[in-house]
Amino acid sequence: MNINFKHEWIETNIGLMAVLTMLAISVGGLVEIAPLFFIDKTIEKVEGVRPYTPLEQRGRDIFQREGCYTCHSQMIRPFRDEKLRYGHYSLAAESQYDHPFQWGSKRTGPDLARVGGKYSNEWHVQHMVAPRSMVPESVMPNYPWLLSTPLDISDTASRMKALRKVGVPYSLTQAEYDANVAKFGETVAPQLHIPDAQKNLVEQANFGNYDGDRSGISEMDALVAYLQVLGTMVDFSKYADDAFVDNR
Amino acid sequence: MAVTSYSGAEQYNFDIVKKFSVMALVWAVVGMFAGVYIASELAWPLLNFDSPYFSFGRFRPVHTSAVIFGFGGSALFATSYYVVQRTCQTRLISDGMASFTFWGWQTVIVLAALSYVMGYSQGREYAEMEWPIDILVEVVWVTYLILFVGTIMRRKQPHIYVANWFYLAFILATALLHTFNNLAMPIDLFSMKSYSLFAGTQDAMTQWWYGHNAVGFFLTAAFLGMMYYFVPKQAGRPIYSYRLSIVHFWALGFMYMWVGAHHLHWTALPDWTSSLAAAFSILLLMPSWGGMINGIMTLSGAWDKLRTDPVMRFMIVALSFYGMSTFEGPMMSLKEVNALSHYTDWTVGHVHSGALGWVAMISFGSLYHMMPKLWDTKIYSRKLVEWHFWLATIGIVLYIVAMWISGITQGLMWRAFDEFGNLQYSFVESVAAMMPFYAMRAIGGMFFLSGAVLMATNMFMTIRQGKREGAALEAKLAAKMAHA
Repeated sequence: MNINFKHEWIETNIGLMAVLTMLAISVGGLVEIAPLFFIDKTIEKVEGVRPYTPLEQRGRDIFQREGCYTCHSQMIRPFRDEKLRYGHYSLAAESQYDHPFQWGSKRTGPDLARVGGKYSNEWHVQHMVAPRSMVPESVMPNYPWLLSTPLDISDTASRMKALRKVGVPYSLTQAEYDANVAKFGETVAPQLHIPDAQKNLVEQANFGNYDGDRSGISEMDALVAYLQVLGTMVDFSKYADDAFVDNR
Repeated sequence: MAVTSYSGAEQYNFDIVKKFSVMALVWAVVGMFAGVYIASELAWPLLNFDSPYFSFGRFRPVHTSAVIFGFGGSALFATSYYVVQRTCQTRLISDGMASFTFWGWQTVIVLAALSYVMGYSQGREYAEMEWPIDILVEVVWVTYLILFVGTIMRRKQPHIYVANWFYLAFILATALLHTFNNLAMPIDLFSMKSYSLFAGTQDAMTQWWYGHNAVGFFLTAAFLGMMYYFVPKQAGRPIYSYRLSIVHFWALGFMYMWVGAHHLHWTALPDWTSSLAAAFSILLLMPSWGGMINGIMTLSGAWDKLRTDPVMRFMIVALSFYGMSTFEGPMMSLKEVNALSHYTDWTVGHVHSGALGWVAMISFGSLYHMMPKLWDTKIYSRKLVEWHFWLATIGIVLYIVAMWISGITQGLMWRAFDEFGNLQYSFVESVAAMMPFYAMRAIGGMFFLSGAVLMATNMFMTIRQGKREGAALEAKLAAKMAHA
């Protein structure tokens, strides 16, 4: 069989051209994205990573709302300077419950992947309200409204339900709750139970008193709770230095 | 648009082209103003005014959406509707659908901007629009596809002109990318808030597959379509090589989709993915330069036009910046270079050498060519076009030079060690070192914006002049008829 291919066939047939174009542009994505869902090694097996508590998740929503990712990354690279400045390089496992990911692409400000526990709550509150009062050279905007705006907690449960639908193991039923006890332990599992979401949120905010004001729960409470948990879930002292090299 | 000239008023739907052209200029001014504003916020944080609505994080997507989708998108709708009608010698298949894409698209941009400042964002770069707006985009886009392909099906020529291949690839790819990158679960049907279907690594990969191909197809393939029509038209010469356009069309379409992961070098994305992306990024240099060579060489034999025709100058400078940034891109996708450049202003400078140098300049050139034709007149002031050209060019140079210096400085400061092996600089020292360059970048942006304002004024006067001439012509005809 001798087919003498002519590009003219495509140039004179819009249907053929559309189909071939679709084929050409589909391959790259299929080859690079689809396997990430199936190759086991993509996400490290590591202890300690859990879904966010309701208060932390609400803080994360505020982080996303304010567009913090436009200036702050949450992805430490495996370089000596980043290790010294920020800590152990980020694992895929550490953002496995992040819908959406907030790795960022720009460091106008420093990376935040392991900011949790580095500064006190008071520092964060003051820094958020007036960054230049803490760091004179900073170019970060002031966020005074976070302290004065009460956190809307009315839709906490529906937010967690939506996250559950996209795969975050928040529990609705007893069976799911028991599974969480097995997976995350007795202390974490209750925090992930959707029927108690609002109660858990209020308790954590009152107990943590992140914004230093006990009169109510502000958006600042949630944001600081989120910042303080970032990068703290995995205890790297339990793992050898090269424990995750194979996953890269 | 009451005054329609004789130039194909019945044969073609130019009304829709006019509307989109005008809005392209409006969004250019609005979006570039937003850009200058956020650039100034980084230099002078006071400008955030302690207000949620103007703070950098919420305002940055207003800038990106207004320039990419507002200005770029409207310019693409305008030129693609113009080109597809002219090259197929047929009218758009439906005026209603065309009109729907216009109002739908403008609504998308306005709603997007409002929703960002109100605090609704998907937190994905260039895809910040929340789910209800995404659905509207999808509907408009499918209408656009049907209208475009339907019009090509009614063509009077057997061949589909090369510009239309690029527009087609852009429309198909954008549909594909937009659909998969915006899969999300709303918290309920009456809430704007949603959560991405994917998490972490997979989400990052999907987003940058989208993010880089928004560049590859929205900001490159589509504008190559523009180039393939308007450069030969303005030069008065045929495309340099038909064969080259075939080869680089298929290579570009195939390869672009592989390169997104170079935005994720050294991250928690598996190494095989980002290495694959780096390899394709380097290969991509060839089809990119294929397009550049094809465009620039079209001028061979008519090089004198560079001296005499300011519109031609816009187009050739656009192609030169295209060539430069598609060389810089593959270089930055090398892992060793990326280790330095990633997270710094270098990336921002690279994007803008493409966006200002290539996308905006080729659009300006094409609109300068097309708008006087649409209103059946000449450009109101060529002097203003000259001024625009120089303001824009100087603006770009200021911008990218500032970002090269600041980006490389940041990268080097972050990784500098002192003699004892400790970090030499604290992070905030690198922030302080940026101040002069952030100011310089804002000034570069102001130059570019002033150029755009000049263009908008010039085109406004051109339209007025066209209408006046049309009215005068009609009055003359009416007078003649009355005497007869």
